[in-house]
Amino acid sequence: MIPTIKQSRFARFSYNAYIALFFIYLALPLVVVSVFAFNDSLFPSLPWEGFTWDWFFGDERPKTGVFNERGIMRSIRTSVFVALCVSVLSVTVGTCNAFLFNRYQFRFSGILYVLMLLPLVIPGIVLGISILVFSSTVANGVEDSFGWDIEALRPGLLLVILGQFSFITTIVTLVIAARLKRFDTTLEEAALNLGATRLTAIRTITMPYLGPAMIGAAVVAFLMSFENFNTTLMLVGSDAPLTIAMFDRLKEGSTPVLNAVSLLLMIGSSLLALMMIAFQKKE
Amino acid sequence: MTPDLECVKLTKTFDTIKAVDDVSFQVPAGSFFSILGPSGCGKTTIMRMVAGFLDPTSGDIQIKGKSVLDIAPNKRPVNMVFQHLALFPMMNIGDNIGYGLRRAGASKAEIATKVGEVLERIGLPGIAERKVDQLSGGQKQRIAIARCMVLEPDVLLLDEPLGALDLKLREHMKIELKSLQSAFDTTFVYITHDQSEALVMSDQVAVMNEGRFEQLGTARELYYDPKTPFVAGFVGDSNRWSGTVDASSGNEVRIKTVSGVSLTGSAQGRPLAKGDRAQVFVRPEAIRVALKADGISAFENRIVGTVSSLLFNGANSRVLVRDDASGGEIDVALPQSGEFASLTKGAPLHIGWNAGQATCFAGGTE
Amino acid sequence: MRAEARLGFILLLTPLLLWLTLLIIIPHIDMFLISIRERVAVRTYETGFANYLTFFTEPLYLVTFMRTALMSVLATVMTLIIAFPVSYYIAKIAKGRLQSALFLLCLVPFWVSELVRTFGWMILLRETGIFSNLLQFVGIVDGPVEMLYNDTAMMVGLIYTSMLFMVVPLVTTLESLDDSVIEAGYDLGGNAITVTREIVIPHATPGIVSGCIVVFMLSLGNYLTPTMLGGKESLWFTELIYSQFIVRFNWELGAAFGFLLLGLSSFIVWIALRLTGQTLEKTMG
Repeated sequence: MIPTIKQSRFARFSYNAYIALFFIYLALPLVVVSVFAFNDSLFPSLPWEGFTWDWFFGDERPKTGVFNERGIMRSIRTSVFVALCVSVLSVTVGTCNAFLFNRYQFRFSGILYVLMLLPLVIPGIVLGISILVFSSTVANGVEDSFGWDIEALRPGLLLVILGQFSFITTIVTLVIAARLKRFDTTLEEAALNLGATRLTAIRTITMPYLGPAMIGAAVVAFLMSFENFNTTLMLVGSDAPLTIAMFDRLKEGSTPVLNAVSLLLMIGSSLLALMMIAFQKKE
Repeated sequence: MTPDLECVKLTKTFDTIKAVDDVSFQVPAGSFFSILGPSGCGKTTIMRMVAGFLDPTSGDIQIKGKSVLDIAPNKRPVNMVFQHLALFPMMNIGDNIGYGLRRAGASKAEIATKVGEVLERIGLPGIAERKVDQLSGGQKQRIAIARCMVLEPDVLLLDEPLGALDLKLREHMKIELKSLQSAFDTTFVYITHDQSEALVMSDQVAVMNEGRFEQLGTARELYYDPKTPFVAGFVGDSNRWSGTVDASSGNEVRIKTVSGVSLTGSAQGRPLAKGDRAQVFVRPEAIRVALKADGISAFENRIVGTVSSLLFNGANSRVLVRDDASGGEIDVALPQSGEFASLTKGAPLHIGWNAGQATCFAGGTE
Repeated sequence: MRAEARLGFILLLTPLLLWLTLLIIIPHIDMFLISIRERVAVRTYETGFANYLTFFTEPLYLVTFMRTALMSVLATVMTLIIAFPVSYYIAKIAKGRLQSALFLLCLVPFWVSELVRTFGWMILLRETGIFSNLLQFVGIVDGPVEMLYNDTAMMVGLIYTSMLFMVVPLVTTLESLDDSVIEAGYDLGGNAITVTREIVIPHATPGIVSGCIVVFMLSLGNYLTPTMLGGKESLWFTELIYSQFIVRFNWELGAAFGFLLLGLSSFIVWIALRLTGQTLEKTMG
């Protein structure tokens, strides 16, 4: 149960074995994906044909490495662009929301709070189609009444960004609100008492305190956007983000290029997450 | 009669640190036993070993004459009131108290009666349906005790349960705990760092320091006859001087302090020869105060000084007296009988005490 | 409120309202309006529930719907059963560095895309995959075995994909359980089973509920895992929605399907909250 309560040797052994098995289960798919990125074969499967860097740097067909695959590189750039937009937007709105619910008591705050949580319990694909349907309705309406065709409202990057933003904002709000809740408001009062204006007090006292949470939330938003699939799938136009591009490739049949991209993804997101953790530890 | 709890040569080592070092004691049935010591002295370790949450490195723990070392904590006939009480927040009061009975397989009807009875006894009838967080600090305290007492344990362990309460309530709970103990007629083992809790409630107190028992005795013995310098310093307040033995005859010792004062004290049978280093402890409340020299002429130790500060605290008022000869400061209890009401800072004051009130020990640092 | 505070309030409220109305509320209302529209001729529509009627009269749709719901519940329960001991270990047994290391290890797989995770399982399970080769090597089977494209493979993938969302809330609530409360449970005569049942699980209920809700939602709304790991037989409701929208371009029926899925998820979440006496604010917020 807890270390101070003795358990039989057998019980302890079985428990530890279970935990070990669990972590093997967690690691297995990632390990095989990584390992086969270096297999000198046209398929990511056994037998092992020897070690190669070709799936990263190769520049001849059929072994074109990731860095020479135009399509993949373009989709990575698209993903980064989308993720950056989503992070900035959602952290901005999320911070506003956190302050709103933390600092103001108003009549419909309870209902608004529940509404704010709703995107968490709407399946991603439904969120995607509802935004798709609505934007088309608006676009069709505008076209019928004014004869303008607004390209931005058709499936494409803007809709992808809005679709991801619509649910990532909830998570970002919760992260920032949790930190704001622990903020000692007397610090702000002390600043006011020492001659700061309300806005200066927030800028010089509260925001530095919230900083780590906002950066953490931005990283979470970036990662969630980068790996989002369900909502993106419904809203994507001609510029496919990485997950969609990989999905299309995978449907045609897998090559170790996909392993190489996956490994890069793992390294990239782990580095990002570790940076965030290191940054928050320092605080 | 076999004692309810007996520890024999109990030792617990963590890595290289001896948290509990060869401690033996007996707790007679129906008594209130306290272990008093500063934090980190090993008292919690003893308690957790008795409860079964820690295994002793060596030694034995016996309850009613039988060793319990091989008995798991959930089977031991001891129960524990935890420092922060550890009431189960997910259950109501009735379920909290009935928890142990349910574990013992009691019937529903039996549990209900017993819970009702114990609530009656602790003076909180009819609150079985309440939630834990609806109770006040003192009520929670009583529920935590009732939760254990309903199981009729041989020994009840209490781990500084009054620590979280405010001062007024703590004073009140001291009296209440003592009366609960006699009402249930169960052996209580109480650990605390607060000497007043230990002195007021206990039949026997063990003073613990650095893993060892310094002294075991009644509150009175600890106060009037401390056996070690630590006990003299820890139990009650004391003025302390260090010096060398000048002369010794029988029980009486003359000590020349570092600051040059000559004091007469009592060795209480401890061997102190001329030239030994020694320390003297005198309680502020053992010192007589007088405005004129003849008011203290009967005492062996007499000092003339000036009031350097007055610390008014009602019945516990003190005066700090600066010794005119050596410049040292002495802490003296100020009687509130009226004659010193007009005392002011800088006023001359005569103080004195008997040799019997000055306890001497060998050793000392300065 | 003073004028200044009022201005601040309005400035903070505006983004929230814009976000909720333009991206959540109105799109869902619009989706509902589309779903009750029937196409009678080109660009001519009538209001009616024909799309919903189609759903209830076509066994394939109905069966898929029920199957998706049941399998999602099953995936949720299995995730809970697998994750609970692990979360307990991380929260209460591992200490110090080991504790943070294990927790971090749980998070790692989820920093990478679901697609990568699914791809990993494909490499492991398919006919030419690692497990098949391993079994042949050991000599348990003679030829290649296909372990992909069936319900079990899909289940393994679903559980794997949602594990984190169960572990994190469980670890958080279990960590807040004071050791002395567990000790008190033992001291008063409890054992591992009764303490778990009466103390640990009631304490962890908010975490269990929020973990289950999120995992259920993720399974129900998952498209990738059923498509890649599931077989022809393991049709998932999201695949129907996708095909109505993207392949057949029948948005009216697709919207109706979307609304049914939303209704199902809301209903199950509501039931879970009611049964455990929790609220959405408490479990999610």
